Amino acid sequence: MREHRSVSSDALILLHPDDNVLVTTRSLPEGATMTLDGQPLVLTGALPVGHKLARRTLAAGDKIFKYGVPIGSLLAPVARGEWVHMHNMTSDYLASHTRQSGNQTTSSSQESHS
Amino acid sequence: MNESVAPLQGFVRSDGRKGIRNVVVVAYLVECAHHVSRRIAQHFDDLDVHLIGFPGCFPNQYASRMMRALTTHPNVGAVLLVSLGCESMDRDALREHIAGSGRPVDLLVIQETGGTAATIAAGIEKVGAMRTELAGQSPVPMSLDELVVGTICGGSDGTSGITANPAVGRCFDHLVAEGTACVFEETGELIGCEDIMAERAVTPELGELIQACVAKAERYYRTMGFGSFAPGNADGGLTTLEEKSMGAYSKSGASPISGLIKPGDIPPSGGLYLLDVVPDGEPRFGFPNIADNAEIVEMIASGCHLTLFTTGRGSVVGSAISPVIKVCANPETYQRLSEDMDVNAGKILTGEASLDDVGEEIYQRVKAVAAGERSVSEALGHQEFILTYKSFEPIGPGCLPVRQV
Repeated sequence: MREHRSVSSDALILLHPDDNVLVTTRSLPEGATMTLDGQPLVLTGALPVGHKLARRTLAAGDKIFKYGVPIGSLLAPVARGEWVHMHNMTSDYLASHTRQSGNQTTSSSQESHS
Repeated sequence: MNESVAPLQGFVRSDGRKGIRNVVVVAYLVECAHHVSRRIAQHFDDLDVHLIGFPGCFPNQYASRMMRALTTHPNVGAVLLVSLGCESMDRDALREHIAGSGRPVDLLVIQETGGTAATIAAGIEKVGAMRTELAGQSPVPMSLDELVVGTICGGSDGTSGITANPAVGRCFDHLVAEGTACVFEETGELIGCEDIMAERAVTPELGELIQACVAKAERYYRTMGFGSFAPGNADGGLTTLEEKSMGAYSKSGASPISGLIKPGDIPPSGGLYLLDVVPDGEPRFGFPNIADNAEIVEMIASGCHLTLFTTGRGSVVGSAISPVIKVCANPETYQRLSEDMDVNAGKILTGEASLDDVGEEIYQRVKAVAAGERSVSEALGHQEFILTYKSFEPIGPGCLPVRQV
């Protein structure tokens, strides 16, 4: 049985008290309501299991803390409860790549064939 | 405390190590001998006849060392080498090395045996005789302090670092306390963890070597243009390499780090060891580990009898030579792929089990598989194997402070 609106408090896990993101313990639908730090929260988009959302409003350039350590920096401001992922944060070490990254070096030569 | 798991038994080898399996290995010495070797191995359709090999024709010290280590791994009982005839691998030296270990070994050179069909027929006859010989061998009692266990994560996601990886860490702590040598690796996925890891080293010098080893990995991957981060990691909620690193790091548990080894170095005693899999020197041969199985093979070359493989997205692989135990981190993945998994660590997220419960379950699986029970991927016939070009300098004296004289 999965709730469609009201989600119990165990839907999110705070891995360390210093963290500014929480992790979903199961896939959650858009509009799901839950409690975060004692305050109500409505999800503005669906979130799969294992993804991160902001514990509070954060600014561009802020370090993201998970497991109590910095895991990268925000590229854009995020609202409390918003999804934190590759669209708004980046590594402080080596940038992550996507399935499309392998095509980038050949994209210009391929354009003439498409 | 002691559950009714069968006691460990091992096949004694001339170097004193014991194997939890007694497999016949068919090894091709260049890609040109791969097909013939595969046909020989496939003929038996046997969970204990394994195919390994090196595809390259150019000489490589690392590949030669790996082939020597793998063909004399304690889980290997007998070896058939298959050569085309003109490749660089020193087949006679390899054969002598294996014979010197007391194992039955034979060599077929395709160019001298009459080609494909004749070599397949000759190979089937030789492997058949080796199986008969091994069937007559009896294992002897073995204890946990004679076991070497590796761990790897593959297809990681946002659940891996919360469930399966820390649960393997608990199992590792348990095994280290029993005197088992435990090996974790992939320094390219420990970037960001170097300082906390160095603090766990048994000597300050080892701590500095660990930091330098992770710095080498970062430099190497930067040159390659990609970090050790797959698109599936992002699909599963991991955003950055250091986030993935923190999750991966928890597989190591909380024991002190006893040493830093490279592929082919055998842990000299029980304890926790970091395996450095990133080549030394300027990047020359491409990515350090092109897929998970390359790392598994390197852990096996360092003596691992079995590998604990954690996965969130859902890897299905096993390995030649040493069984792989699958620990699934993600409860939704487990629902889809339960028939490929040994342990469901996703239970931690659904509240059905604690980290300690799953750590204990993994520990019991290690003992059962070491005692001869087939792991899930092993029973399904998974025997993946990859070996590519690399180059390493030997480890320095500070890497193994606990080395026994």
